[in-house]
Amino acid sequence: MSKTTTDTELPPAPDDDTAAERLSTAPVESEGPTGIGVLGWARWMWRQLTSMRVALILLFLLSLAAIPGSLIPQNGQNQFKVQTWKAQHTAVAPIYEKLQLFDVYSSVWFSAIYILLFVSLAGCIVPRTWQFVGVLRSQPPAAPRNLTRMPVYAAWRTGADPEQVNAAAHRLLRKRGFRADLSGGSVAAEKGYLREVGNLLFHLSLFALLGGFAWASLASGTGGKLMVEGQGYSNTITQLDDFTGTRFYGNQDLDPFYLKLDDFTSKFQNTGDQMGAARQFTANVEYYGGSDESKLKKGTIEVNHPLEIGGSKVYLIGHGYAPVITVKNGKGDVVYHDVVPFLPQDANLTSTGVVKVSDYGVGPDGNRTQLGFSGFFLPTAPLSFAGTGPISLFPGDAAPELVLNAFSGDLGTDSGLPQNIYQLNTSKLTQMQQDGQPAKALLKPGQAWDLPNGYGSITFEGYKQWASFNVSHRPGNAIALTGAVLAILGLIGSLFIQRRRIWVRAVALPGGGTQVELAGLARSESAKIAEELAELAVDLQDDAPASEEDGDGTAQADVEAPAEEAVPDAPEAAASDPAVPADQNSKE
Amino acid sequence: MHLASGVDPQLADLSNKLIYSAMAVYTIAMFAHMFEWTFGSKGAVAVRSKEQSGNLAETVAAAETKAAKKVTVTVAGAKGGTTTLTRTVLAGEGATVVTGGRTDEDVDGPGAAGTSEKADLAGRIAISLTVLALLLHGGGIVARGLSVSRWPWGNMYEFSCAFAFAMTAAYVVLLAARKNVRWLGLPVTVAVLLTLGIATQVLYTDSEQLVPALHSYWLAIHVSTAIFCGGAFYAAFISTLLYLVQDSYRQRADEGKYEFLRPGALRSHDGQKYSQTRIALARIRVSVCNRLPAASTFDKLSYRINALVFPLWTFTIIAGAIWAEAAWGKYWEWDPKETWSFITWVAYACYLHARATAGWKGRKAAYLALAAFACWLFNYYGVNIFVTGKHSYAGI
Ligand code: HEM
Repeated sequence: MSKTTTDTELPPAPDDDTAAERLSTAPVESEGPTGIGVLGWARWMWRQLTSMRVALILLFLLSLAAIPGSLIPQNGQNQFKVQTWKAQHTAVAPIYEKLQLFDVYSSVWFSAIYILLFVSLAGCIVPRTWQFVGVLRSQPPAAPRNLTRMPVYAAWRTGADPEQVNAAAHRLLRKRGFRADLSGGSVAAEKGYLREVGNLLFHLSLFALLGGFAWASLASGTGGKLMVEGQGYSNTITQLDDFTGTRFYGNQDLDPFYLKLDDFTSKFQNTGDQMGAARQFTANVEYYGGSDESKLKKGTIEVNHPLEIGGSKVYLIGHGYAPVITVKNGKGDVVYHDVVPFLPQDANLTSTGVVKVSDYGVGPDGNRTQLGFSGFFLPTAPLSFAGTGPISLFPGDAAPELVLNAFSGDLGTDSGLPQNIYQLNTSKLTQMQQDGQPAKALLKPGQAWDLPNGYGSITFEGYKQWASFNVSHRPGNAIALTGAVLAILGLIGSLFIQRRRIWVRAVALPGGGTQVELAGLARSESAKIAEELAELAVDLQDDAPASEEDGDGTAQADVEAPAEEAVPDAPEAAASDPAVPADQNSKE
Repeated sequence: MHLASGVDPQLADLSNKLIYSAMAVYTIAMFAHMFEWTFGSKGAVAVRSKEQSGNLAETVAAAETKAAKKVTVTVAGAKGGTTTLTRTVLAGEGATVVTGGRTDEDVDGPGAAGTSEKADLAGRIAISLTVLALLLHGGGIVARGLSVSRWPWGNMYEFSCAFAFAMTAAYVVLLAARKNVRWLGLPVTVAVLLTLGIATQVLYTDSEQLVPALHSYWLAIHVSTAIFCGGAFYAAFISTLLYLVQDSYRQRADEGKYEFLRPGALRSHDGQKYSQTRIALARIRVSVCNRLPAASTFDKLSYRINALVFPLWTFTIIAGAIWAEAAWGKYWEWDPKETWSFITWVAYACYLHARATAGWKGRKAAYLALAAFACWLFNYYGVNIFVTGKHSYAGI
């Protein structure tokens, strides 16, 4: 350990070791494996890993490693985007896949970096904590023999008794909040321990943050549920549309509650540049936690304002329109009546959806058949589709229209295979024709369409809104938040508080009189140590007035100016010794 | 925050006019600063003299006649020099007079105006104009907010205006606190004009209400601290850059690389005559560098700003995470904006570590600070414009 890491280190004179001791408990850099054999190497490697230099490199690597994930689509955020990207870049996609570039933040290499960083941190912080406890229990290091070697220095002569001067200095330093120790004809004092406390607190709370993240990723789960106005559901795996669990939060662990969407309000900008931009979404709901129906309460869910029920939070994540459809068969019997959520395709809520009439019964040709409809719901339809096709002009429902195609045949719903309710499997369906054209209808609310060939009719009764919700259970937030708050507090202590030492020594001079010397040591960054020392000296002069015979009546003439050899970091030293900071000149 | 029904077009229009007027005034201020630098160079330009800062001696002498107590502290400098700091307490008054330092270390230059009175006048005019522009600018932001009854930072145009405002305001506050930052005038006005120029020409969006995702009081907290951090990081960046410029200048000056500018010096090197441009450029460099503060002053300034802002930046990210939790259900999703905030945070942590690590101080740490700022810039412009994520809102 030939070099230390902080800028407070001064090349110590052989007898000044303790005084010039580092003001930080940062780990010490080692130059090469000491001992021999495996143990020696292991120890050396551990020291390297826990050194500041390696911490620095790991931090740098961490920020580099985080970059690709922001430029390449990530599975964790948007699997759909990943699929499209892969389809567009077939050449490199497999390589990217191998390098885990679609899952950067859970990849082996990214994990390796932050795990190493945290190991390094633990290896650095734990010993530092002990060392710091040791520092707190011992007295500030005694004054070095040669105070002129310290970075800030002042001296004068006085007629006062040396012991009294020392005692006065001890008292003054205490009054200034220093821990001070008077012994051996000098005072040693230190202040600003909170800096170290802050630093340790900051680094330790990073572990709390990590713990919070880890707990969240092991014990959280999210589900999705789409509800039309008037619908409700119980939070169980069968009634959720989808659910992703984790190790400690699976299908059986879902928080029990009931939630019903009463109605949904949406408002949009209807003028200017941002016409159509969303301005308000509010879901009015009723809910109760557990299974006690009598506890039914009303509530609202908005973007940014989730509703907390039991251990879950319910977020509003999407909305759209759901036409109410009635289908009658050739005889005029109602064979289908339901609200059908249509899914938005663009910002103006041009929505697509399907109607599956699986219980149609017997068709006009006497055979059992099923009907299917696919089409668009346009909240604000244009006057004509010419050139544009069916698109909505505005997300609000200013001129709602439903555009439908009709099919007959086998929907495939009886095959036992799971079906997407938003898609029509047309492999066994035939599109109805009219006048040699695919049959098509354009309906306004309340209008009905008489299907060709006596298949009956379909009526667009009206429409409701639907809203989709994300039901999220995420523990560990409190831990992470506590960690974050402590980290900030720690940082403030660490960055804004200066740790510094001051020594005072008054000695009787052989020719009579007393020589008073003050010296200070601090980290260079924004050290106000020089001013602090000056203030202390001025105060001390009440007890130890400068002698008149000092040249111009001040102490100045007597300052044993730290001339060449006395200055700690002479230029050669600065050039050759990296431990000497380039910015040691910390005067204000 | 609740929804006000609409937009007041008159106020929105007034806001635009005020912003454009502010830009016009900033431009004149920038020219005034340019005059300041140009006239200032006409003063005596010495190749690095060590006999500066004598003016303090007079203050000391004046105080000394009445002095009851006086202490001189010697401070060791980096390059082996020393600085002295003298503190005097006047007899019978109990007040202390800090008379500041005398040094044989690098000293701060006299500022852009040098010793020229004309330049000083130009500088003063520039500052008055900057203050005027700041008022117009602030008015523009307030009008924008009032026109829609919400915080005026809902899209990139608005962030940029607020960000430029924060930067100028910080500068003016420092000036008012009598800090020696007048030399910042030119870089600040240039940076502000650049920011406002991009804002009005590229990022402009009409004053409108916000999408529901931004209806949150976190908008006021998270975004305003982010804007403040941005302004401060910008200032630290300018300071770091000038540190590098000044440091290399000092090094070259110490190596005698500018000796050829001295009157009577041989204007040739290895038998080759220096070209006219070379001499002119060297002159400008010497002239500018000698008027700027010392390298160590820049270095310290940039460290202090960065260290001061780092905890606030940490807070900004955490506030963002809390907001994300409320808005999207997850406090961290590695959305590009989040990712780049994190990268920026780690990069600045890296820089702070470098400052505390042997062999990484000085220029190396400065390069890290530049890299960290580059991350910040990319997070601000790059991510919003080139990368789509959840932070893409109305009109960028
Ligand atoms: C997880 C990533 C880490 C972050 C975000 C981080 C952040 C910081 C910050 C912001 C400071 C500045 C405080 C100051 O300048 O005094 C600091 C100081 C420090 N860090 Fe870290 N750090 C991390 C990991 C580590 C590791 C792995 C080590 C140990 C090898 C370490 C050791 C130190 C030490 C010793 C200081 C104090 C230096 C001094 O006394 O000035 N840090 N850290």
